[in-house]
Amino acid sequence: MSGARSVTRSQAQHVRLPRFRQLPYWLLALCVMLPIAQVAHAGDGRLLATGGATQVEGSAGGGLVPWAVLAGYGTRDEFGGTAYYTQLQLPDYRLDSYGAAFTIDNRVEFSVARDRFDLGTLGKAIGMPGAALRQDILGVKWRLAGDLVYGDLPQISIGAQQKHDLDFTIPQLAGARHASGTDVYIAATRLVLGGAGGYDLLWNVTLRSSNANQFGLLGFGGDRGDRHWLAEGSLAMLFNPNWAVGLEYRQKPDNLSFAREDHAADGFLAWFPNKRLALVAAYVDLGSIAGLDRQRGWYLSLQGSL
Amino acid sequence: MATWLSRFLISAALLGMLSACSTGPARAPATLYDQLGGEQGIAALTDAALDHYAADPRVAPAFAHADIGRFRRMFAQYLCQVADGPCHYTGDSMADVHRGMNVSETQFNAVVEGLTASMTSLHISVRVQNRLLRRLAPERGDVIYK
Repeated sequence: MSGARSVTRSQAQHVRLPRFRQLPYWLLALCVMLPIAQVAHAGDGRLLATGGATQVEGSAGGGLVPWAVLAGYGTRDEFGGTAYYTQLQLPDYRLDSYGAAFTIDNRVEFSVARDRFDLGTLGKAIGMPGAALRQDILGVKWRLAGDLVYGDLPQISIGAQQKHDLDFTIPQLAGARHASGTDVYIAATRLVLGGAGGYDLLWNVTLRSSNANQFGLLGFGGDRGDRHWLAEGSLAMLFNPNWAVGLEYRQKPDNLSFAREDHAADGFLAWFPNKRLALVAAYVDLGSIAGLDRQRGWYLSLQGSL
Repeated sequence: MATWLSRFLISAALLGMLSACSTGPARAPATLYDQLGGEQGIAALTDAALDHYAADPRVAPAFAHADIGRFRRMFAQYLCQVADGPCHYTGDSMADVHRGMNVSETQFNAVVEGLTASMTSLHISVRVQNRLLRRLAPERGDVIYK
């Protein structure tokens, strides 16, 4: 019985794989589109910092949470784009994340990202020193309504992140059901001018449906459940147009009985020296990961914009 | 779980209280007009902003056929009124002024950026800058793509 099930599962994986062969085409498309944007109308018409940073799954946002803002600085008449590299050093693991995003008319954002999670201590413990879990993420985000700064409505966007594990053996042994999964979310973000004692206040609320274990790095679904609705939020204050300090919180599912999964939180400091560059430093708490508790550490992210 | 988080929140709250104290309990709230430096401050701000706009290729073309002397007077008068100063803006409404100009989002934000940079160069504090921007922001709907 269980043999039959595993055959079905591996067949299912086999069927899913070709979709992710699209990744090189997305990268190619981005490589072609970026110079076009440069020549055509790569705009920086939006105000500084209103494109946010890039979160660990490649969407414009904070560090952990996707926001309703779209990558780059293009207005409704312009293109925009970003590329990013992020590193998070935890006591027993290390996460590297990099990718790029492209926004058309401040309406739709396409993104591509790769996460590489170095198993560090755990890798040695299971006799696989240097082992890592990688996932590819294709993202799309659509601005439904509103504006980050102006008008009556906050900016409201819906998005999807299609994720695929490149190293599914360990997640499967841990009890994960699928090697790929798709998160969908709706986010509302607003910059309230002078909203924090005279300084600008940014708030964001994101509601996500996901079955991703540890962002997807430990597969999707498990013996304890599958898809959940999860709440995420961010709060930041801008000292001036160049500097922001804030907090984030993100619920995570807890689908694998082999090890508990905790919610995530961070406190961050972001620097936007100009519309080409953004730097984020954060202290991130991911709780327990694959049985190793108190995974807290420093996060550094560099973003370049068109 | 996140004790550092609660510590951070408490420090943030303490900082907030501290800054509330430092502004002093008894002083009457200054008008934005006063905070911008009154008539002289607004004149200086107007000059600095116009210099910015003249040098900004996103904005300058919109003033190609404008009467700069009149624009300067109206701009200062408008800022003065918006900031609760002793002025009465005698120009046309924002909607009428910008009708047919097809001001883009980019141009609108360039005007905001020029104003912000001018205030910074005149050492106007970020909080006062935000107070002014907050009052000007609602006009955007009457200005862009008309």
